[in-house]
Amino acid sequence: MKKYNEEHEWVEVEGDIATVGISSYAVEQLGDLTFFELPEMDAEVSMGDSVAFVESVKAASDIYTPISGEICEINETLLDEPELINQDAQGTFIYKLKVSNADELDSLMNEDEYKNFVDSL
Amino acid sequence: MEELLKTPLYTRQQALNTKNVSFCGWDMPIQFDGIIAEHGYCRNDVALFDTSHMGEFFFKGDIKTSGINEATSINIDALDIGKCKYGFLLNEQGGVIDDLIIYRLCEDELMIVVNASRRAIDYDTLNSRITNATLEDRSMEFAKLDVQGPRSKEVLEKYFDVDLETLTFFSFVQTKVFESECILSRTGYTGELGFELYIDAETSVKLWDALIADGAKPAGLGARDILRLEMGYSLYGNDLSETITPLEANLSKFVNLKRDYVGKEALVKQKEEGLTRVLLPFKTTTRRSARKDFEVYQNDKKIGFVTSGAFSPILNVGIGLAMIDTDGFDENQSIELRDGRSNIEANITALPFIKK
Repeated sequence: MKKYNEEHEWVEVEGDIATVGISSYAVEQLGDLTFFELPEMDAEVSMGDSVAFVESVKAASDIYTPISGEICEINETLLDEPELINQDAQGTFIYKLKVSNADELDSLMNEDEYKNFVDSL
Repeated sequence: MEELLKTPLYTRQQALNTKNVSFCGWDMPIQFDGIIAEHGYCRNDVALFDTSHMGEFFFKGDIKTSGINEATSINIDALDIGKCKYGFLLNEQGGVIDDLIIYRLCEDELMIVVNASRRAIDYDTLNSRITNATLEDRSMEFAKLDVQGPRSKEVLEKYFDVDLETLTFFSFVQTKVFESECILSRTGYTGELGFELYIDAETSVKLWDALIADGAKPAGLGARDILRLEMGYSLYGNDLSETITPLEANLSKFVNLKRDYVGKEALVKQKEEGLTRVLLPFKTTTRRSARKDFEVYQNDKKIGFVTSGAFSPILNVGIGLAMIDTDGFDENQSIELRDGRSNIEANITALPFIKK
């Protein structure tokens, strides 16, 4: 089950591995994505850190990690095909990390809460 | 806040799930299907742009004696009836009040097409420069549709009694469409084969529906901006302003310095003294794009600023224009485009970015 932060990143945890992407709402706002800067492999990141960066035809935006941990996989296909996120934002990951503090998940929004949050914007 | 103006096609567009932006006082669609998709429609097929926000003035009077021929950089007296020309309305310092296109409708009548953002100042300035002539701002009566792309002629043909093949670039005809008056002009802001149609509000809705039924795809201001930038066409407010002269904007081919008009003396002087800055095209070395107001550096020295920047879906790199100080600048060496967050490598190149 996905959880969300207020910066429109989603995270899904399975075992101790978290998969992170950006919400379809965020992608809708950004429009066609044109460039990704991905996190460094093995980097230790803390919840709320800017770990990646995305540019679109309209804007540029930091990606803030919704959860702390050590980066263990990055989606390098996005470097050449950032449009994959436009095609399926909820199903395309940006990076994965080994979770260091699973309790952080409790502070994130669930699907319904996120939907209400977006509606309030 | 003042209420935004809406074009006659607003309702039609809203039905298509557009994203709108406030643009020069108008509520305009920035995108329909997506900016990159729409860019492709125009480059490969046919795109339909609503540009009804543009301003249309009508002049009537003697070209030689009214002052209109010296009011802008355009030598109207040498312009054939049925032809139009791009040029500038300048201030005394040679700065650009607006870029515009003048249409020679007949011996003593002109249509002057101006940017929405500059309509009021353009009208006042032009009016102050003419005598024994009339200038009417009829912008609100006119809708404008730009039909642009390799298939533009094919989709338009059946609605006109005119052989579109015979219309050369920067020519136009005063004709009819759906039994209403129409100025059909072989011009555009995309670099593609294309036409601009000046029509009344009601006809614009009929034509919009008909062309979409024929397969033309609506496109917004987002795609239009990339298309024009790929050709190196200037955008007023970005690449041109009252403090930028046409020489600095690298548009000297559009200003004849042997003819007299307001601002020309300043341009001659600037040319004699040499330019201290000039607008140059750049390409980034990756998919990264700089935007307006990024700072330009070379060897860690600030040498200018970006006036326009976008991602080119054809070149797969960032492209743009930057105003660069000429002193000490080496155009064979790379530059860096910076804002607080980013530092993008780029190289100076030549226009147009893409060859048509």
